[in-house]
Amino acid sequence: MSDVMIEAHGLGKSYGSFVALKNASFELRRGEILGLLGPNGAGKSTTMKILTCFIAPSTGTAKVNGCDIWEDSIGARAAIGYLPESTPLYQEMLVKEYLDWVAAMRGLSGEKAERRVLEVVEEVGLEPKIAATIKELSKGFKQRVGLAQALIHEPPILILDEPMSGLDPNQAAEIRELIRRIGEERTVILSTHNLDEVQKTCQRVLIIHEGRIVADDTPEALIATSGGPRYRVTFLDGRRLEAGSLRDAKGAPDARAAFGKLAGVDAVRELSNKDGEIKVEITATAKVSDLRPEIFQAAVEAGMVVVGLETKTQNLDQVFRDLTTGEPEPEERRRPKRRAPAPEEE
Amino acid sequence: MQNVFNIAWRQFRSYFNGPVAYIVAIIMLGVVGFMFWTFFFLQGRATVHEMFNWMGYVMVIAAPAITMGLIAEEKASGTIEILLTMPVKESEVILGKFFGAFGLYLVIVLLTFVNPLAVSQFGQLDWGPVMTGYLGLVLEGSAMIAIGLVASSTQSNQLVAFFISLFLLAFVGWLVPAAARFLATGWLASALETISFTHHLESMARGVIDTRDVLFFVSLTIAGLVLSFQAVESRRWS
Repeated sequence: MSDVMIEAHGLGKSYGSFVALKNASFELRRGEILGLLGPNGAGKSTTMKILTCFIAPSTGTAKVNGCDIWEDSIGARAAIGYLPESTPLYQEMLVKEYLDWVAAMRGLSGEKAERRVLEVVEEVGLEPKIAATIKELSKGFKQRVGLAQALIHEPPILILDEPMSGLDPNQAAEIRELIRRIGEERTVILSTHNLDEVQKTCQRVLIIHEGRIVADDTPEALIATSGGPRYRVTFLDGRRLEAGSLRDAKGAPDARAAFGKLAGVDAVRELSNKDGEIKVEITATAKVSDLRPEIFQAAVEAGMVVVGLETKTQNLDQVFRDLTTGEPEPEERRRPKRRAPAPEEE
Repeated sequence: MQNVFNIAWRQFRSYFNGPVAYIVAIIMLGVVGFMFWTFFFLQGRATVHEMFNWMGYVMVIAAPAITMGLIAEEKASGTIEILLTMPVKESEVILGKFFGAFGLYLVIVLLTFVNPLAVSQFGQLDWGPVMTGYLGLVLEGSAMIAIGLVASSTQSNQLVAFFISLFLLAFVGWLVPAAARFLATGWLASALETISFTHHLESMARGVIDTRDVLFFVSLTIAGLVLSFQAVESRRWS
């Protein structure tokens, strides 16, 4: 058996004139956990629905566990465990009753079915709720039932559409841990908005934007290729350091000139100028070693009174924004009240 | 086949978790029982002929109630996504849904058997027409459920599905029979009779098994199943 579990070739889906997915091609190997990232309506769910044979693509084809979704859709479906978005379950059924039914639908019977149901209940930590009615469960437990139904037939491939959405941080952490454990022997595709989750869970990220795949790499590689580290320097406005003592000075020192000439600096831009302090961000070109000593040296030579110097490493959040909006991350995002004017360049 | 059974069994059992099955059973047994016995004592003859007609009339409301949720509810809640991504064929899903609803109908029909049993205590009941009448009832019910299933397959709102099938069934089960009876004779009356559910049921309730009556209900059932299948299948391409 080949190691390639999913092969998508030029998948596309249009609804009338709306293009939900365009020419998506990718391969997924055994044991990989792939994160599908993208804004709402980007085509993540469409991709998953095509692979699970819920909808047919308008163009292209895919092979799931060696089964073509057109020619052997039953075979493809048998190889997949699928948890759709928002975990649709038969609310009126008991947990055990529901899982028994899924086992039967997945072709398990008798002792084997009974054993698998109990195994999967244990695997996802549903033991205390096995006799409960599904509608009475918390969101976290419902999510476990959803995962259990996807796992019951021991599928080599798991497709999970936003498995962590709507969960509180504790529940999300538990589900994430569960997925990571499950992903050890399986191929997993999961979609999410939460970039933190992707960085923690996935070995590979596919970023989809407006129906197109705009990035396909490991989270680390995506971060590395999308620009080097950034430094934020804060210094006093209208004061200069001369001959070892502070003097009043008129106007701000020209940080752009001072830092712009340093080797390895890509861009310098002002972030804020308030309360007598100026903050600039220096973007280094990728793959340069720590620039902090050079920055400090240049500041001293220019007579700038530095009161803060911090390093900001690029994260997936930034990569995602860059790729899906074409705009840089808004500054001071965590303190919206003091939000600086829109940055003019990047 | 196993898949059809699993889907049907789950559907059948799910009826008893909600109010629909109980409401339908109470209406069918209560209304039919009341109307039948009222007329029975007025007539003073040992026959259950009238019961079959009442059953047909009540099914015009009961069949939409039984079938409205079959597919529409799965679409609304999203569970259809899990169901149709299991290794089952769309045709198996449709058949399973049909038999789930049909099973509930059969249980209710079986319960009405207390009526002829009671009648047989009052006088000499001719069991022949009773049996053919029940056959007619089973066939008519399957056609009505298949029509309701089409409505449910094309909708994602149960209530809309209910009214679509109620409208269709009221036409062939209430309006057309009433018009045919009003006109009594003439080509229009006989044309209306060919599509009247009551007319086809009535001859069976009299003890006559006419292949035309059987074919009428069977072909409607098959047509309903095929249309439902197409509605569910077309979702993949939309």
